Amino acid sequence: MSLNIIVLAKQVPDTRNVGKDAMKADGTINRAALPAIFNPEDLNALEQALRLKDANPGSTVTLLTMGLPRAAEVIREAMYRGADGGIVLTDRTLGGADTLATSYSLAQAVKKFGNYDIILGGRQAIDGDTAQVGPQIAEKLGIPQVTYAEEIIELKDGTVTVKRRLENGVETVKAPLPCVVTVNGSAAECRPRNAVRLQKYKHAASVSEKASKSPEVQALIEKRPYLTIPEWSAAFVEADPEQIGLTGSPTKVKAIENVVFTAKESRRLDNNDEQIEELVKELIANHTIG
Amino acid sequence: MTDNNNLVVYCEFEDGRVADVSLELLTKGRELADKLGVKLEALVIGDKLDGIEEQIFPYGADVVYKVADKRLYPYTSNPHAAVLINLFREIKPQVCLMGATCIGRDLGPRVSSCLHSGLTADCTQLEIGPHKDPKTGKEYEELLYQIRPAFGGNIVATIVNPECRPQMATVREGVMKKEIFDANHKGEVVNLDPAKYVSDEDFVVEIIDRHIEKSKVNIKNSPIIVAGGYGVGSRENFNLLYELAETLGGEVGASRAAVDAGFSEHERQIGQTGVTVRPKLYIACGISGQIQHIAGMQDSSIIISINNDPEAPINTIADYVITGNVEDVIPKLIKYYKKNSK
Repeated sequence: MSLNIIVLAKQVPDTRNVGKDAMKADGTINRAALPAIFNPEDLNALEQALRLKDANPGSTVTLLTMGLPRAAEVIREAMYRGADGGIVLTDRTLGGADTLATSYSLAQAVKKFGNYDIILGGRQAIDGDTAQVGPQIAEKLGIPQVTYAEEIIELKDGTVTVKRRLENGVETVKAPLPCVVTVNGSAAECRPRNAVRLQKYKHAASVSEKASKSPEVQALIEKRPYLTIPEWSAAFVEADPEQIGLTGSPTKVKAIENVVFTAKESRRLDNNDEQIEELVKELIANHTIG
Repeated sequence: MTDNNNLVVYCEFEDGRVADVSLELLTKGRELADKLGVKLEALVIGDKLDGIEEQIFPYGADVVYKVADKRLYPYTSNPHAAVLINLFREIKPQVCLMGATCIGRDLGPRVSSCLHSGLTADCTQLEIGPHKDPKTGKEYEELLYQIRPAFGGNIVATIVNPECRPQMATVREGVMKKEIFDANHKGEVVNLDPAKYVSDEDFVVEIIDRHIEKSKVNIKNSPIIVAGGYGVGSRENFNLLYELAETLGGEVGASRAAVDAGFSEHERQIGQTGVTVRPKLYIACGISGQIQHIAGMQDSSIIISINNDPEAPINTIADYVITGNVEDVIPKLIKYYKKNSK
């Protein structure tokens, strides 16, 4: 059985490796100092999608991402690893969206895409860590959700069986298709790039990117339709302007503060026996330990 | 049936015990409900709920809603979401709080999407305060300030939902403090008919198998924590931390970097995306001190930082800083503890 698989992916600033230069003197974020990466758990989701494709020849894996036009980078990356293609949902009017407006916009894009069997995505994105968009898309599409997935065990007869990783255990559930499955970081790592696919797709470009390519590459892209990454606008996916972007977001950011911790007066010790024994004695004497 | 505009806490339970995170939220909810001058209401959905209110009332709930049906336990998304959606349309709460657990983070978004109400994940503080919309100039008197770290913990954002109700927020376990409000406090129990709130079609996902273990790790309640970061270097080196923790009678924790590197299990992770802890003694080994980690342990009474980088950010909040390698310092701590404790 061939499947139409959608993978939701997000290009995110790498918040895990925030160096000293990531914050400006005025306490705001220096976005330029943070590299944009493929959201890690979306890669785990991509791997599950590619395994489904491997097991069901003739299936297609399509990435869907919302963001700036440069987010086409994650689609290319996914193509190098085995995805068939992708769509960038990009529009100025989508900017400033909270999770609800984001999931509405993405759900509209999924509806536009039409025929799908399963939607996979990472559990959460590292720039927000909310884990809300997956379940909200499921609700907007009126389909079930399976969150915290660690492995897709089986997909057959219109159902999918999924192992979920919970706080203190595991659970195996069976859900009817179509459904949304959000994948945990504990799931299998994504396969690496494939050298042949890298050659095949390295010139893949979104409409905005194509304009800045050399005439030769532009000609190549026109000759090979699989090298075009479509860009969809809010109007194209028939999104209600009242429900997208900042306007469509029920939550508003009231204030942003830099995090400042109160520094303590620390006692500095060297790594020598006398000082460490002294410290241990002190902690025993004041009943912190012992 | 009842009045509207109250504050609702969705209570999770397992093996007949209400989850700590729910009791922590009831404690916080009581405080917020008093500020708002409204009732604190608890909602429990599941099976075998007889007497469950006895665990909830001491935390100050005025009302406990119970929705009991064999099929509502264990938790599945659609049926629990249906109960909240339909009940909230009826009782119109102004605030709904739930744990930022696998359940709360699965349920909250589904409910908020359907009701078109804002939801803020993983709040670290909740307050009530006024708000003026900078665009429209419209003023609001008592909104829920949903305060949460953003951008990997590098900034803290205050989020409000001016127009949509309920204002929904999730909070991780351990972030709020659980305190008995009044051991003899009693409220009203309202048994709701499940058939009115959830339909057969909602039971679409079937649980085939379920293994939930009592957590073996209890870092949240441990008075002594020996935590390791990426600087510990390897899973093997973490054994030293276990040895020290065992000697001192404590637990081992880890930073996100150490968990991501595979040195330690996720359930030991301390910080904004892990557990928040407040032990008597926190020994940070090879932890540089990313903001998101510090936020989860800064309230520890005494902090010792062992790091070969004298400039590690965590040192600024430490009471004692030992500059040296973890594998040199820990054996000395063990040796001198054994020598000096009776």
